[in-house]
Amino acid sequence: MLRAGPLGRPLVRHLAVALGLVVVLFLVSGVLSSYNNFQVALISSYVIAVAGLSLLTGLNGQISLGHGAFMAVGAYTTALLEKHQHWPLALVLALSAVTAALAGLVTGLGAARLRGPYLAGATLALAVGLPELTIKFTSTLGGESGLPVNPPPPVSFLGASFDPNRYLAWVAILCVAVTLVLLANLVTSRFGRDFRAVRDDEIAASLSGIRVASNQVLAFVVSAACAGLGGAIYALATGIVNPAGFSLVLSIAILTGAVIGGLGTLAGAVWGGILLVYLPRWADSLSNGLKLDKAISSNLALGLYGVVLIVVILVFPSGLQGALRQADRALRSRFRSGPGASGAGMAPGPATAGPVAPGPGAETS
Amino acid sequence: MNIRPNRSAWRVAAVVAVIGLVAAACGGSSPKTGGSTASTSSTNTASAPGITATTITIGSHQPLTGPAAPGYSEIAPASTAMFKYVNAHGGVYGRSINYIYEDDGYNPANTATVVRKLVLQDNVFAIFNGLGTPTHEAVLSFLQTEKVPDLFVASGCDCWDNASQDPETFGFQTDYTIEGKILASYEQAHYKGEKVGYLFQNDDFGQGGVKGFDQEIPGSDVVSRQSYDATAAGLANGLGNQVSAIKAAGAKVVMLDTIPAATALTLLAAAEIGYSPVWILSSVGGDPPTMGGLLSSISKGKAGASLENGVISASYLPSFSDTANPWITLFKSIHDQYDANEPWDGNAVFGMAVAYTFVQAMQAAGRNPTRADVVSALESKGGSFTGPGLVPFGFSSSHHNGYVGEQIGVVENGAFNMSGPVYRTSDSSGTPVTTYSGTQPAPPSTF
Repeated sequence: MLRAGPLGRPLVRHLAVALGLVVVLFLVSGVLSSYNNFQVALISSYVIAVAGLSLLTGLNGQISLGHGAFMAVGAYTTALLEKHQHWPLALVLALSAVTAALAGLVTGLGAARLRGPYLAGATLALAVGLPELTIKFTSTLGGESGLPVNPPPPVSFLGASFDPNRYLAWVAILCVAVTLVLLANLVTSRFGRDFRAVRDDEIAASLSGIRVASNQVLAFVVSAACAGLGGAIYALATGIVNPAGFSLVLSIAILTGAVIGGLGTLAGAVWGGILLVYLPRWADSLSNGLKLDKAISSNLALGLYGVVLIVVILVFPSGLQGALRQADRALRSRFRSGPGASGAGMAPGPATAGPVAPGPGAETS
Repeated sequence: MNIRPNRSAWRVAAVVAVIGLVAAACGGSSPKTGGSTASTSSTNTASAPGITATTITIGSHQPLTGPAAPGYSEIAPASTAMFKYVNAHGGVYGRSINYIYEDDGYNPANTATVVRKLVLQDNVFAIFNGLGTPTHEAVLSFLQTEKVPDLFVASGCDCWDNASQDPETFGFQTDYTIEGKILASYEQAHYKGEKVGYLFQNDDFGQGGVKGFDQEIPGSDVVSRQSYDATAAGLANGLGNQVSAIKAAGAKVVMLDTIPAATALTLLAAAEIGYSPVWILSSVGGDPPTMGGLLSSISKGKAGASLENGVISASYLPSFSDTANPWITLFKSIHDQYDANEPWDGNAVFGMAVAYTFVQAMQAAGRNPTRADVVSALESKGGSFTGPGLVPFGFSSSHHNGYVGEQIGVVENGAFNMSGPVYRTSDSSGTPVTTYSGTQPAPPSTF
């Protein structure tokens, strides 16, 4: 059986799953239209960033309202490298993640001293403040109008007429796969256990010999690196980096995606990324279809966003991934006797695997 | 750690595959029309993407929500009204124009998404009047790569006049530098030797205008140069510091390159410290109905439109308040028939004028045009288009800039009254500001 042998090891297993998915998506991308491939790239950029934040918040218990800023760091790194150097795409993407990781290191050093709302406030300041730097250094960073980013030209053996959006989708999917495999392994490793221990009880964790502060900094670095890579893909997809693209709204959207998808689960990050791209469009076409007054229709999309968020939190506190897992378990117990296999997430265990009892806040609201 | 049975990996893969295939089936690419060359026959063919025998579909990105929405969100409905009027009068070679505009919230990342949707999914013939400098810059190279005509960008940045690098892109309005030169030469003609202060937005718009000012006003006359950032933070504390600095420097004339909200903050700050210089204002920041609303809302009713009285500005289109102009009469009647829910102001005139220019371009491109045909028609014939504009366009095979001049006017009691000669010039510092003597034709009675 497949389960025996090397496939029993997490790394090999994750690689096998990722490889399967990558092959399927590569094939699917040939059927998709150019615009759909562009959307795949956009979704991928969000998935990577959301996965990073999901790890930080869901697994390590640190909140960040500033991940849009880390995306900006990655995106601007890509734009600057593309403008001044002609390095291979893989190197540019890796360096974008590294630069964002360094920004994450600096932020993480501060963040490790802050808790709860104070941490939220500090990262919020980052999201608001960092994009403003681009206006202060207009000659290097392009100011309000930003810097153009050319989409990567398809590698030459694909031919000159190969759709650049399809190639971009390939690159983006590959980045998602690499990121998710690395994160899945991190989560199943000693570091992942330490992350969870720190999240659940810092004192108990430090009594067990975990260095809480450096553990939190590490989580921040990893998370920021993901956001940076997501930002790099985002820049390649949209073709421009400028401060308005990395506003506070983006940071909040990433957090929303992580929460709706299911905090602390990698699969949830995928749902989150898809929602971040499609929900505004659905809301838009709904508000257009209803032919409402302009004052209402222009706000309906935002309102619908909020309603979805509230409904998901109330009905599925562990996000869409949690809901899927519940449904999966219900089906299994109906059709099969015996214990069902537990979830596909990165945070298995009672906290997220089961239906979470609504807290007092949820009951009174 | 739970060991996930490997079977579920395959299940996940299978589910993903199914979802992917369904998505592909739903969102599959629509077949591209086009490829056929322009024909001179009298039957309509589907000669290009977005063109059928009976329709022309074009798209745009507009700020219907977000910081730039007030005022600017009226432009696309006004253009739509003009297209409805043209469609009701026989259309262009019998084709009716179908105008799809998407909200980008003035966020360039959204612009990139919606324009890709319009081009790749909706298969529009051209992008028309995409609004904003940072937003449109986000799709500039994409539109060149896809060879989609990018007609009449709604921004006075000189960045659209780059015929060799961006052959698909054409501007529309007078660029900020030309406008700056004309306003500054008016200043030199009427207030020569007076001390001058500048207040400008610290981006392409303001810097472009200042470039024009500096070509006409001697540097020794300029006693203060103040700027602001066009962000919520940049405007949150008002512009009191900048206005005080200009007053302290003793400026008798103040040149403004400011958006409406910043113009209102400037006038209010000056009124508060009892400073009343001669204000000379970019056409971007002075639409009286918009200003009146801003002045009374920012001052919480303490000030109103009258604070803008006497402000000198300029325009390349006739003023919405000039009821004697036959174009304004026509536009107003179209507005009342098709666009009555939106206010009647300079934005409505802009939206209709640019839509009219698109109709002219399509007529010049022939009965069954390709995308390349409309570009070459604008290059060869666009420079001689006449219409609602007070001056010609700069279109040629080497230049893609829009209107090349403006007429000066004064704000009086909510109206903008233009008078005197119409001026024209170019961006380059060697070209002087000259008088344009051409006359505006009457609007056509049929299309």
